[in-house]
Amino acid sequence: MADNPLVEGLERQPVRSTVLVIFGALGDLASRKLLPAIYNLAHEGALPERIELIGISRGETTDEQFREHVRESVDRFSRRRPNVDVLNGILEHVSFVAGSFDDPDLYARLLTRIESLDAQFGMRMNRVFYLSTAPEFFPLITGSLGESGLNTAQDADVRVVIEKPIGYDLASARLQNAAVLNYFDESQVFRIDHYLGKETVQNLMALRFANALFEPVWNRNFIDYVQITASEDIGVGTRAGYYEGSGALRDLVQNHMLQLLALLTMEPPTSFEANRLRDEKVKVLEAIVPPRLDEVALMAVRAQYGDGVVSGGEAAAYLEEPGVAPDSRTETYAALKLYVSNWRWAGVPFYLRTGKRLSRKLTEIAVTLRPVPHLAFQSSGPGGVQPNQIILTVQPDEGVSVSLGAKIPGTKMQIRPVNMEFHYGTSFMSESPEAYERLIMDAMRGDATLFTRNDEIEALWGIIDPILSAWGADRSSPIPQYPSGSAGPQEADALLEGCAWRRL
Amino acid sequence: MSEARWAEGDTTPERIEAALRELLREEHAADETLVPARVLNLVVVADREWRGEVVNRLERLGEYHASRTILCTVEEGRNRLDATATVSGHGAGEGRVGVLRENVEIEIGPGHLGHVDTIIDPVIVSELPTLLWSPHSHDEAVESLLRLVDVILIDTDDPVYFDGPGAALARAAQLSDSSVYVVDLAWLRTVAWRERLAGSFENPARRAALQSLKRIYVRYNPASVVSALLLIGWLASRVGWQPSALEPAPGGALRGTAKRGGGGSISLEFSPVPQGTRGIAGVTVTGDAGFSLSLDRGPGGLVAREQRAGARPQQWRMFGTSRGEAGILGDGVRQALLRDEIYRPALEAARSLTP
Repeated sequence: MADNPLVEGLERQPVRSTVLVIFGALGDLASRKLLPAIYNLAHEGALPERIELIGISRGETTDEQFREHVRESVDRFSRRRPNVDVLNGILEHVSFVAGSFDDPDLYARLLTRIESLDAQFGMRMNRVFYLSTAPEFFPLITGSLGESGLNTAQDADVRVVIEKPIGYDLASARLQNAAVLNYFDESQVFRIDHYLGKETVQNLMALRFANALFEPVWNRNFIDYVQITASEDIGVGTRAGYYEGSGALRDLVQNHMLQLLALLTMEPPTSFEANRLRDEKVKVLEAIVPPRLDEVALMAVRAQYGDGVVSGGEAAAYLEEPGVAPDSRTETYAALKLYVSNWRWAGVPFYLRTGKRLSRKLTEIAVTLRPVPHLAFQSSGPGGVQPNQIILTVQPDEGVSVSLGAKIPGTKMQIRPVNMEFHYGTSFMSESPEAYERLIMDAMRGDATLFTRNDEIEALWGIIDPILSAWGADRSSPIPQYPSGSAGPQEADALLEGCAWRRL
Repeated sequence: MSEARWAEGDTTPERIEAALRELLREEHAADETLVPARVLNLVVVADREWRGEVVNRLERLGEYHASRTILCTVEEGRNRLDATATVSGHGAGEGRVGVLRENVEIEIGPGHLGHVDTIIDPVIVSELPTLLWSPHSHDEAVESLLRLVDVILIDTDDPVYFDGPGAALARAAQLSDSSVYVVDLAWLRTVAWRERLAGSFENPARRAALQSLKRIYVRYNPASVVSALLLIGWLASRVGWQPSALEPAPGGALRGTAKRGGGGSISLEFSPVPQGTRGIAGVTVTGDAGFSLSLDRGPGGLVAREQRAGARPQQWRMFGTSRGEAGILGDGVRQALLRDEIYRPALEAARSLTP
């Protein structure tokens, strides 16, 4: 079929009419993120010309009750006040199919519902199945969709969106990928890591590949070391049930932080096209040599938060949190030292740390360049000449900062670091869009650039798996503790070679 | 909110710029989280008597404020420059950043217009792009400022600017030929319509119909005929039609034809209709074999009606909210940072349609 000449040059590319089916539609993620995101897309006129939203969950919920749930979620969590006409209009296209995910009849009824919508609208609509459920249901749901014939449609695209975590370790991730790919082609599968939908993460590629300034120094000859930090100031809160089975390594390092590392270190893709980009990410992830079991203690540190003071108030230790086993060995902090074994990065340490109940919420990448080869100035050390640093902040404020040495005004030649800063809020007129809005539209459009491919998932787990195995095998060593509200455990300092963790 | 203000009568551009620097320094010293926004200079030249309305429109730009806005108000009989400068922003918590915005108002007289560039030049942030908006025409000021600005915001729908749609589109073309980039509010009023029409033909069942359309019928607010011309100009330029000049028809309507590349012609009809908001009210595309698709403005989005041979008529809503004129102007400011490659071909096709 000939291309549509009308789409060329449009700022917002159109999307074909779609039936969006959300499994786990009454859950927390759907209520807080997905349903408000769908409303906001409707508000902006970004949704396809025809959109039908079908919620699926266990329990006897009627269409009307689900519509009320959608309305409440949008009212409560939308980033803008809803327009009554738009919200009411959307609700006319919302329905609910109740059933247990293991009930074949659920899928038969879903197929009937979708086919009746196609017949009603006189066209075959694209189908997007969004699995906003616990990961153990992914194989069951994708298998049932396949068995029911819902995994393909003549003259329409069928896609499945899967939330993290993909697997619990390398073996389970492989099993899960295999189960999904048994019924869906990889091109139909959209594994979400919402970090990739954040503007700063995408800007990391712009910074590297759209500026002649950085790429020439982006290698082992100029970069001394890199620190990637994802700290949270909150504890596990009400998520102990999930977190006890996950821990910091699985929760943040295996996905978000290694994705940041991959984007930071990958070779330039030949184009910003989904598979070209993901090819490069996989290549660099595979260049990170996983540790042997006996090396894990030298390159990974885990810890749990103890009691302490956060924001002026007392905070309980992890082991005293509701839902946490008193003898839990789940880490709330993880720090790693990794090396990328390729021509560009050989010998450069990459330090990753993440933790809960730390002193501040912060996600950043700090790239420290090597010192200048000859120091003609007398004053060095703290406050004197410091190596240049490039800091990419993902949150709370998205931006980039470059530290430079500058002369202190006066008669002496004294140097101190100054910052050259770029903040999204000051340099663009609009705030960054909500990551889920971007990713939902990309999934409906079939653009997988910001989604994770199966081999990428397995490469990510391949790095983490030996650490999980070593930690899992060690049932006796005490888990280091760090005070709530601190910068983390002292044990993490031992990972660093000739440097210190950046202040949070 | 923190705000610092300076005012001086009988002042100079150099003193205004110095005052801005000092206000920024003071605000940052008082609260280190406050830093100047550095996005865009917006220069507005407006009649003094309409100052309130212009300020009101600038205040309703929403999230798309320029970082430094310089409003020049023109007052009959004025010979000297009076100016005020305001730097304001909301402080942020530790580790966060609050953005300072700068507003300057310079009162000038008609005698200043021919060399207003010498007044504005020292006051803009030189490394930023500069957008000019002159809502009350003031061609002399526009000509003077063209060397200084990167982008000009015009409204080819606005009768204050232009003597009819032909003159409006000719001026837009002339400006587009110069070194400045043109952002046309009349074109921005067509965005949702272009997106929805393009989206409609993403449907494989309709794609073939695009090449065999027989009739296009556009309804528009009487004050937005240029928006209607640009919408059909866009369609013609994308699909490869050769439109000819429209002829007046009863009721203020316009009629004409466009030749299809592969032979045959398309009937074009334009009708003004009562509508509270400016811009397009509706569009109907009709093909052969009984196909037609109408889009009409309605509450909560565009109401779509489709007729296909052998099928029952369909009606549905394409969701979205109207941005209103404030939103259109805000989008105009935002567009100053972007480049739209399809405006110029649409403009040329629209000029061919001009009665």
